[in-house]
Amino acid sequence: MLDRPPIKRMDEPIDEIRAAVRTVDLHKTYKGPGGEVPAVQGIDLSIAHGEFYGLLGPNGAGKSTTIGMLTSLVVPTSGRATVCGFDVAKHPVDVKRRIGMVSQGNTLDNELNAFENLEFRGRYFGLSARDARRRAGELMEMFNLTDRREGKPFEMSGGQAKRLMICRALVHHPEVLFLDEPTAGLDPQTRVNLWDVLRELQSGGQTILLTTHYMEEAEALCERVAVIDHGKVLASGTVDDLKASAGADTVITVSYDGPVPDGVAKLRDRGGVTKVEVTGTQVRVFAQAADGLLGELVAIGSSAGTGVTDASQLRPSLESAFLTLTGREYRE
Amino acid sequence: MTAVSTPASSPAPSPASAAPAVRPTLPRTFLAMMAREMRVMRKNFVATFARVLAQPVLFVFVFSYVLPKIGGAGAGTMSAASRGSGGTFSTVLVPGLVGSAIVMQAMMAVIFPLMMELNWQRSITDRALAPLSVPMLAVQKITAAGVQALIGGLLVFPCVLFVHASGQGPKIHVSNWATLVVVLVLGSLMSSAAGLWLGTLLDPQKVQMMFALVLLPMSMLGCVYYPWAAMGHIRWLQILVLVNPMVYVNEGLRAALTPQVGHMSAWAYLSVLVVGTVLLTWGAMRTFTRRVLQ
Repeated sequence: MLDRPPIKRMDEPIDEIRAAVRTVDLHKTYKGPGGEVPAVQGIDLSIAHGEFYGLLGPNGAGKSTTIGMLTSLVVPTSGRATVCGFDVAKHPVDVKRRIGMVSQGNTLDNELNAFENLEFRGRYFGLSARDARRRAGELMEMFNLTDRREGKPFEMSGGQAKRLMICRALVHHPEVLFLDEPTAGLDPQTRVNLWDVLRELQSGGQTILLTTHYMEEAEALCERVAVIDHGKVLASGTVDDLKASAGADTVITVSYDGPVPDGVAKLRDRGGVTKVEVTGTQVRVFAQAADGLLGELVAIGSSAGTGVTDASQLRPSLESAFLTLTGREYRE
Repeated sequence: MTAVSTPASSPAPSPASAAPAVRPTLPRTFLAMMAREMRVMRKNFVATFARVLAQPVLFVFVFSYVLPKIGGAGAGTMSAASRGSGGTFSTVLVPGLVGSAIVMQAMMAVIFPLMMELNWQRSITDRALAPLSVPMLAVQKITAAGVQALIGGLLVFPCVLFVHASGQGPKIHVSNWATLVVVLVLGSLMSSAAGLWLGTLLDPQKVQMMFALVLLPMSMLGCVYYPWAAMGHIRWLQILVLVNPMVYVNEGLRAALTPQVGHMSAWAYLSVLVVGTVLLTWGAMRTFTRRVLQ
């Protein structure tokens, strides 16, 4: 179920014309009542046509603002962004012609029913009324929404509304599909169904840029990922690259009921251990080979007369990579 | 939330397949959006226009039917208002009630949906992502509300024309069709532009207040129930109401429908309608763009 598409190596830079999406030193600062709030602070991205790219980061990291700028709905404070070669600030209409966007909230047209939402989207994009209706029917069938044809958007379940929004974004055959937190708030079954839909789309050649704060979603779907926090890209590359660059360590965290015993420091010399971090009563060990390590940490404690109050082990994953990159636990 | 059953094998949407070779152009997109407004209007026709008709119909019913029948009570007011009109009070009321219906309908047609679109889940995003610049989207909203206002005015017209006691009928004579059309169209557009400007300028919480403090005084002091010229006795008020755009719509309609009633000169109401439409549209394009783009 969760097998990923084959990973393409895309280390070489993608030029602006070939790139589906490209940003250079993109900034956005909001002016609020409490002063300026920097949301995006210099993001550089380069996404090729046909790629499934993920922006991964906790809530408030600047992902939605970035997508807002790429879809021309948020005006960048500085820097540049192009979509399909068009500058988002200078040629927003050219950009809008080529993109589809699935926003985080339900932004469907509540005055229209489900079918009409798709029909009019097609007409906004130049289809005749007849072609637009045909395309709407086609998409509703593909996405199993035919029985909700007359449904009002606000009466639909979260999963149905999301699928209808994906249909709406696809009506005009966009070159790039943006999805902002597409599975946030959906139940697990609906989420996995939606993943299948997105995989199908990508295998059909659709370029997709998705934001998510779910690590497993990025791992399951994306060929390449940029990890974002506080408006900056911390690391980017394939999921495997990210794990490798972060040391691909297993991270073991142990809390003692007293100061960390001195014996723990000796683990630095143990084979397979990359790093040992001691803060107060807690120790965090980063290791390539972690077998038996947790047991050793408990043993060191008991021989020093110190008990263990909490212990956790994080296998190599984007989550452990995030921890290695930022020194912080991943907060969703 | 109900679990949605999407069999893993079922959706096979291939975006690249059979891409239509149609290129969206500005007129196509604009017209498609107007078609959307017409569809929505058709669905809500009864509710929308019952709201528009209720006030003027009740008004003519009371003042042109009930009061003349029972005599006395309102007669003094009515004769004062229609003094110099060479006709009945209903003659004064026809252009006024059509004009105020247009202005009110234009403003409500633009402000009510806007409150939903800009605030609740920002469904304006649906339209903002269409291949149309955001200022042009403002123009589309103004045009759509203008069309609704025009329809509202045309529906009110027969009502205020035919509801009256015998002998109390209005004397309507269209002296200049061009003036009538220009005033109707510009009056509708100017009002919907004003609505969009106010709606994008005000906080959503203040909209209720706007109805009480802006729309109500506008219609009470908008030369609906008396011609502007008749206000000569209260000079300060006559000058003060010139800030009210509704005055020019009503006076323009008075000139076109009841030329025998004293009315403002053509240069005055026409220049305000033209300049007002242009300035308010420009202002609304700016404030709307600022609200939609962040």
